[in-house]
Amino acid sequence: MQQFFIIIGILSLVYSGWFIEWLLAKERKSILITSGISLLVLALLATLPLYASGYTPILITNLTMYIILSVSWTLFSGPTGYMSLATAAFFGVGIYTAAFLGETLPLPVFILAGGVISFIVALLVGALTLRLRGIYFAIFTFVLVMLIAHLLMFWELHVTGTRGRFVVVIDYNTIYYAMFAIFVVLMLTAYFIKRSKYGLALQSIGQYEEAAAHMGINVTLVKVTFFAVSAFFAGATGATIATRWTYIDPGIAFNPLLSFLPVLMAIFGGMGQLYGPVIGAVIFAYLQEELITRFSELYMLIFGIILVIAILYMPNGLVGLIQKWRKASSGEQHADT
Amino acid sequence: MRILEGEGVTKCFGGLAAVSNVDFHVDGGEIVGLIGPNGAGKTTLFNLISAALAPKPGVIRFKGKNITGLKPHQICRMGVARTFQSVKIFANIPVFENVRLGSLFGTSPGMSSADATREATELLEFVGLSAVRATPARDLTLANQKRLEVARALATKPELLMLDELMAGLNPTEVAQAIELVTRIRDKGVTVFMVEHVMKAIMSVCNRIMVLHHGEKIAEGKPQEIATNRTVVEVYLGE
Repeated sequence: MQQFFIIIGILSLVYSGWFIEWLLAKERKSILITSGISLLVLALLATLPLYASGYTPILITNLTMYIILSVSWTLFSGPTGYMSLATAAFFGVGIYTAAFLGETLPLPVFILAGGVISFIVALLVGALTLRLRGIYFAIFTFVLVMLIAHLLMFWELHVTGTRGRFVVVIDYNTIYYAMFAIFVVLMLTAYFIKRSKYGLALQSIGQYEEAAAHMGINVTLVKVTFFAVSAFFAGATGATIATRWTYIDPGIAFNPLLSFLPVLMAIFGGMGQLYGPVIGAVIFAYLQEELITRFSELYMLIFGIILVIAILYMPNGLVGLIQKWRKASSGEQHADT
Repeated sequence: MRILEGEGVTKCFGGLAAVSNVDFHVDGGEIVGLIGPNGAGKTTLFNLISAALAPKPGVIRFKGKNITGLKPHQICRMGVARTFQSVKIFANIPVFENVRLGSLFGTSPGMSSADATREATELLEFVGLSAVRATPARDLTLANQKRLEVARALATKPELLMLDELMAGLNPTEVAQAIELVTRIRDKGVTVFMVEHVMKAIMSVCNRIMVLHHGEKIAEGKPQEIATNRTVVEVYLGE
């Protein structure tokens, strides 16, 4: 029965990603059925902790966390091609916000604070680094993770005289709902960005930044703003999940793996459509969970092999593969150019 | 009316003066040609006007306002649009969206999505790309990519359009179409400033021509005057 609820939860999350793309499509088919299913999915996800006890909400919370990190990464880095490895930095800023403010402030407030502080950090960092391109930007953002972690470590050891901190503990059903709320807000944000002219502007920046500037787009402002929006979600997620970890130190909070995983998930799933990173994150996170418990020694090896195969044979991710099959079966024709 | 003017515009790359102390002006409603041998500084001058580069020293004014030191997007929003010598279209975005982007930003950033769509449709019609509106821009032929760049630049609703070698690499039929397109743009009320190597085009369409050589302006005048100008002929053909 637990397995059944887990599968229902996973399918619902993937469906949400597809649903946003459906909303964005120019011609929408079967409106009635889709709305019906969407309400059902929303109801299912909202009531999951009521009938699926114990492990299921915890697992779904974990998967949702990876989905948020991966989708929010794709929001900025997907269209612009600026490969950010700063996710772990913003996530860690969120975690430390929870550690500092968790005792005194209610949950929604410090989650919001985690997001806002990450947003501000990203604004500052973005203004400094978004003139860098390609590999230089990637390296700088990654160095940022180390920089913040070590600054915090230094501060904690020499000023406050501690190494780690305890974070306020909150029951897992509440965290499930908090994570779910962030997920919904993220999906809505993604929808509005993709629909607005800024979605198009981000794409044009990724393809010819110079030309985009000559079209009247304030490229620096657009880049910095959406880099910060993406950071907001990483920060809010960090602040939420911190309450499940009870004890943190800079090494735990700023785990570099969390900079790479969202990127890998997005590449694995495919970045063209919103449900790409969702599928990628779900499969990766679930696989990680299963492999760790079943083959704890071989886990990284199996993980690596799957990734190599994915990159070799699916350059556009799972979604790209599916679209290729569909095109091949429908026999699409090209217009005269 | 002088829509664009430059005074003592200079740009050095290291020790090399790519553009050296050039004075120029473009009047409203004109088509002005900018010619010169390779490396004369034509594209650099365009980059200085569109703010891809900043002149040092020198002043550039658009409609009487000093625009030196502004950012490229600000120049565009004031009403100066450009195309590029090496085509810089948004390759993975459909043709139609390439143009719509110009309408959505450009000189009237507050434009509604419906207005932008209508305007982009009209412009694709204007340059003759309606049939390929849904195609990703990378799949177009070179001639069509150049037309797309023109449509995209026009979508920003400029008063001055700068065309950087619109006709390079086109076959004779396409050149003829491009010439006709340039005159239609002028008839729309947009002033055109164009760099060109295709002499037939430049002679037939321009009201006035400026000649650059080693970064300096060596001649200026009506097409017939330029064609018979001794210095210009020497620069192009040798003594």
